Amino acid sequence: MQVQTHVDINSEWGIVAARQAGRKLAREIGFGSVDQARITTAISELARNIYLYANKGQIYIEEVSNANKRGVKITAIDQGPGIKDVRKVMEDGFTTSGGLGAGLPGVRRLMDDFTIDSEVNNGTTISAIKWLR
Amino acid sequence: MNANISHIIFKHKESIIDQWLEEIPKFRTEDSLQNITDAMYENTNREFVDKLLSTVKNQTNDHADLVPFTERLIQLGWPLNYITRGLQEFRKITVATLSKSETDYNDSIELLQEIENWIDEIVNLLVNEYSGSWENTVFLQKMALKELSAPLIPVVDKISVMPLIGTIDTERAKHIMENLLTGVIEHRAEVVLIDITGVPVVDTMVAHHIIQASEAVRLVGAKCILVGIRPEIAQTIVNLGINLNKFPTKSTLKKGIETALEMTKRQIVEMEG
Ligand SMILES: Nc1ncnc2c1ncn2[C@@H]1O[C@H](COP(=O)(O)OP(=O)(O)OP(=O)(O)O)[C@@H](O)[C@H]1O
Ligand SMILES: [Mg+2]
Repeated sequence: MQVQTHVDINSEWGIVAARQAGRKLAREIGFGSVDQARITTAISELARNIYLYANKGQIYIEEVSNANKRGVKITAIDQGPGIKDVRKVMEDGFTTSGGLGAGLPGVRRLMDDFTIDSEVNNGTTISAIKWLR
Repeated sequence: MNANISHIIFKHKESIIDQWLEEIPKFRTEDSLQNITDAMYENTNREFVDKLLSTVKNQTNDHADLVPFTERLIQLGWPLNYITRGLQEFRKITVATLSKSETDYNDSIELLQEIENWIDEIVNLLVNEYSGSWENTVFLQKMALKELSAPLIPVVDKISVMPLIGTIDTERAKHIMENLLTGVIEHRAEVVLIDITGVPVVDTMVAHHIIQASEAVRLVGAKCILVGIRPEIAQTIVNLGINLNKFPTKSTLKKGIETALEMTKRQIVEMEG
């Protein structure tokens, strides 16, 4: 059976809970320690962005598979302000909060597949998959 | 409480107590109550119901005399859930007993209301005491955690170490910064080693705080070395595109100390003989 967990993000505790859920699933699927760290860090970035920019939202963590491989999929969903220029936020160093601006481009590099879908005033959905090699 | 009613309740005291002691063990489900001796359990129950009935004599609804006993219940670890169920049961039994035997008062609204108010006040008092004690515990634990969360240890002259263990949230990050700066000045440190061996996740926020902290340390005239970067953390930092070239990093605390000694123009020598 394929497992899906979801964690509500509305405080910093939620970020920690989402990371722990992600690490647990990654370990169960058989990811090594480096990929576990990558997946956990990616969850941390997406969850913190929700907390910072949308106040609240959800992180879904699930196992996915296709013909010959298995992986972990993270989906971050919020109904926050959305992102005006998606290309821009994917550039290294772009930030509106005085951060490093490394979160989103970082998640793309930490994971294998990455999609972002955002509409101003309507929220943001980001999903990312890491495949087991 | 109305003197008449309190008199009536008192008259049926024994019967109420007996029924209550009979019924109450069905709520003895939680571990904290199962792991005590039967004698201890029964004695405390008896004391509880005696104390309850003794409040009948209070003219007002102020039952402050229950406070010391409540404090003991809290200390013994009796769950609030058990206590409130016990009080509900107590009310049920009292109302049933009185309406059975006191035909005058059979359907007296006044009687029912008096009993309701009486028990409600006691529930309020108990809940207040319990939640006060939890808040106190949470507060103390928070303080203890805060003390543990970012200690700056002066290991040798001019060199201090800050071992970080556990998740770093915004509040803790602030605390790290404060402790670093005050500690560096207080210990006259020239080099500070920040050890992140125990930090489970180094994301952009953590990295950003560490970078800011080390810049602040530089402003007060000392230098930072980042140590304890586990291999998988090194990889994720690279993936995030974070540039740590600006400040020295060492894989282990030991190597960090060696570097710090060099930076302060000292070394460890082995003595002969
Ligand atoms: N869920 C979101 N809703 C709205 N805006 C967002 C969301 N996530 C990111 N953004 C915008 O995208 C920008 C870039 O995000 P990114 O995570 O890459 O960097 P950052 O959060 O600013 O800094 P950090 O390096 O600490 O992550 C943010 O500054 C913010 O303006
Ligand atoms: Mg971010």
